[in-house]
Amino acid sequence: MTIKVLFFGRLRDAAGAGERIAAAPADVRTLAELRDWIARDEPELAAALAAPGVRAVRDQNFCALDTPLAGAREIAFVPPLSGG
Amino acid sequence: MRIAIVTEAFSPEAELKAFAEGRTEAGALASFIGYCRAASHGRAVERLELEHYPGFTETEIRGFAAQVLQRRALIDVLIVHRVGAIAPGEAIVLAAALSPHRADAFAAVEELMDRLKTDAPIWKKEWGADGARWIEPTNEDRARRAERDTEDKTS
Repeated sequence: MTIKVLFFGRLRDAAGAGERIAAAPADVRTLAELRDWIARDEPELAAALAAPGVRAVRDQNFCALDTPLAGAREIAFVPPLSGG
Repeated sequence: MRIAIVTEAFSPEAELKAFAEGRTEAGALASFIGYCRAASHGRAVERLELEHYPGFTETEIRGFAAQVLQRRALIDVLIVHRVGAIAPGEAIVLAAALSPHRADAFAAVEELMDRLKTDAPIWKKEWGADGARWIEPTNEDRARRAERDTEDKTS
């Protein structure tokens, strides 16, 4: 399954780019599994994604990490927000 | 309701004038303008860089602004938020509310700013002489938000 994965804020810095097109294997079934899979060879990104306050957005809706990945087009990982 | 994410410098004064034009039912216009400061926590700031999530940022801001508009006696609300590179002295954000009376207008602007701090998908990086650091909500921002949630549940 091909999916667009977006990173914002400090996660973009850790990933080295704001966007990746990922071909996740079939056993990657939830947002948490995608998070672990995408950073499998990148300890710095894995640590940034595991930091407190990091949330996932599935097709532009905030979702719990145990949400299924099936059918999603775009997943974003976002650090704590700092608008205003 | 006007919710705008802008990538260039904007004039808060021109936005406010357009927002209030012809709204003769309004007795009060309250507004807040947030500017980029030249120094923060004792260190010089060269610029801020604000990042957003196109589409999602607008949707989320529109969602909480609509709640504020419905819950208080308001005529309209306005939010303009700049993203990209911002120099000291330039406006970052404008929040405004039109109401028949001042109390609702003041309260709405304060609530819009509190929600922007904790709920708007925007990420802020501060550049100074010694490099860059990401700004995250302070404990005070979180406490204000939590206090507001409690007020909402008890009122």
